[in-house]
Amino acid sequence: MESVTVADRALPGRAVEEARPEVNLVTLYIDGRLVQVPAGVTVLEAARQAGIRIPVLCHHPSLPPDGACRVCLVEVEGHKTLVPSCQFPVSDGLRVSTNSPLVREARRMVVELLLARHPRGCLGCVRSGSCELQELARQVGADPERFPGEPPPREVDDSSPALTRDPGKCILCGRCVRMCSLQGVGALGFAYRGLKTAVGPAFSRRLAEVSCVACGQCASVCPVGAITERDDTARVWEALADPARYVVVQVAPAVRASLGEVMGLPPGTAVTGRLVTALRRLGFRRVFDTEFTADLTVVEEANELLHRLAGGGPLPMFTSCSPAWVKFCEHFFPSYLPHLSTCKSPQQMMGALLKTYFAEVERIDPDAIFSVSVMPCTAKKMEAARPEMGREGRRDVDAVLTTRELARMIREAGLDLASLPEDRFDPPLGAATGAGSVFGVTGGVMEAALRTVSEWVTGRELGTLEFAALRGMEGMREATVQLDGQEVRVAVIHGLGNAARFLRTLGDEVRSYHFVEVMACPGGCVGGGGQPYAREAEVKRARASVLYREDAGRRVRLSHRNPALQWLYRHWLGEVGGEKAHQLLHTTYQPREPY
Amino acid sequence: MAVRAVECIEESDPRFRRLDEVIERYGRDPSALIQVLHEAQRLFGYLPEPVQLRVARRLGIPVSHVFGVSTFYALFSLQPAGRHRIQVCMGTACYVRGGEQLLAELQDKLKVGIGETTADGRFRLEAARCLGCCGLSPVIMVDGDVYAECKPRLIPAILRKYE
Repeated sequence: MESVTVADRALPGRAVEEARPEVNLVTLYIDGRLVQVPAGVTVLEAARQAGIRIPVLCHHPSLPPDGACRVCLVEVEGHKTLVPSCQFPVSDGLRVSTNSPLVREARRMVVELLLARHPRGCLGCVRSGSCELQELARQVGADPERFPGEPPPREVDDSSPALTRDPGKCILCGRCVRMCSLQGVGALGFAYRGLKTAVGPAFSRRLAEVSCVACGQCASVCPVGAITERDDTARVWEALADPARYVVVQVAPAVRASLGEVMGLPPGTAVTGRLVTALRRLGFRRVFDTEFTADLTVVEEANELLHRLAGGGPLPMFTSCSPAWVKFCEHFFPSYLPHLSTCKSPQQMMGALLKTYFAEVERIDPDAIFSVSVMPCTAKKMEAARPEMGREGRRDVDAVLTTRELARMIREAGLDLASLPEDRFDPPLGAATGAGSVFGVTGGVMEAALRTVSEWVTGRELGTLEFAALRGMEGMREATVQLDGQEVRVAVIHGLGNAARFLRTLGDEVRSYHFVEVMACPGGCVGGGGQPYAREAEVKRARASVLYREDAGRRVRLSHRNPALQWLYRHWLGEVGGEKAHQLLHTTYQPREPY
Repeated sequence: MAVRAVECIEESDPRFRRLDEVIERYGRDPSALIQVLHEAQRLFGYLPEPVQLRVARRLGIPVSHVFGVSTFYALFSLQPAGRHRIQVCMGTACYVRGGEQLLAELQDKLKVGIGETTADGRFRLEAARCLGCCGLSPVIMVDGDVYAECKPRLIPAILRKYE
């Protein structure tokens, strides 16, 4: 087995702070019990450390606290009003009550007031069962009829191929606004006031008309069904039932690392084999692995990087497999578009091959092929719909399902994923190396690419790759690789807000880097906008560990050593970066307005 | 709220340069948004989309945020000012003595809602807080002219006085 080590597997999520002896400790009383916590934390956090989970709604671990919803109100001795625990700081001798009759009554009233302006049709809502408002109502024993009458419905915005907004369900918690701002996009904001208050793009525009990049982080934090991924399950069911169609599917790395969570399995469970079986039982004729085309992406991109390092193009080169990052670049940093790798994403490379190579080799009419992908990502829906992503009147990818949508389909089919037997991906587009696995984690694409680049240039394996925090900024790391005398500076960024900060803070210094990986979602694809809902950073880390284990367990861990890939090049594709490769596997970009 | 009157503002409009100067004076500080919007409304009479976009761009904040502030405060208007301003008093005395009917009549005759400007830019209709002439209720005011003990059937004659 090849040994490839990377010292700093900077797993997604915030670093755990170790208690240093000189940190100030504060002693307070929560529900009569003595609690000791570091100074500077909120009452909410202190309660959590004491094992008390005060209910919250607008609060989210990935976002700065807002104090908007007032669900987390607690009683503090000496204060005449209840206070929001998500913002109230701890202090010595503070006496807090989280479950007095007054607090419980207030909390219930807050929830009932929220319900008063919320549609009652829970059963028909896609979030039923995963809705935080529903769970909260259950937890506080709310009476949904206390304030009867439903608010008027608001117009649904389904303009975006990736996301659907239903402002009628919005509870104005502001999580999506804060998240969109954190992502450096700011397409969503609060408007108007009183009963007319609404969340949405400026001038009441629709999502597809503004600078939304479809990253879906808004959907991943929405507590209710106000913003969700566009539902493509109906189209896929229809295709599966159509005997005239040959329906195939590809699965991204991050999906196999997370699907188990919504099927009753603990986070960090690899469900790859069972997932393949489930897809076959749903009726997909072939089940392919996007990790195969991840290997293909590595080979094409490594080749491109070497070409640029030799003076053939602008540096740094930025990765281009994250479609939300690509659109972000188009809207906000169009001057960097020539720096983006021209490589398509693994999803789109697979799509292109399916309608050409696969159709030819298997002698299937490409018009009959309906190509589906399962992705952790909402932006992939937007990517598949880009005009460049097709040829001869055919889309390369016909439908994209998020992990969440697939889970719904599996449940709807009555399948119990956990108890299914294991199966394997299909040839000729199903065998991948370990390098393909790590595409789903921040730093993975960089690592995979450098493994190949290093071996191509030096003939030796990539040594230990030491990453350091970039200028102490969160979400960015840098490293230096020696390639036979040439020093190659690389950077890895996750979260679009961090990408913007990188480009703006460094200015001209950006050009001192040679290769930069950007993933739109914090943590990389394991934290994608289409992933199962999860609040805690540990879940993302658990998902990442599945992919690292998959990588470590593979005999071949260098993309260019993938035998099936080598066969593809030798017998059909031609030269790496050659004419056919360029035609099918590379793409173009276009500048867009920032608003 | 539908925008009834739409005015086309060219990129070359000289008022934009004055707006840019205002923003420079505030050092392009995002926290000066409200002051900038005040000045912008003084310059343009209201805050149309191109003005909000300009402010957003120059202050380096998302236009969704600018829109949020513009729509939150009653003083900011997203509708052109209109040549004549009609205010219908909705204070207590005027209200109980038929203020609502006056408002309804005006909305019907002018084909606009509250806070909107007629398509020809002639009138802007507003509901006002107590005007302080309760003994004359119900009152409407047009460009500062007070019409006491107003009735719906008197409205057409009043409107005819204002081109």
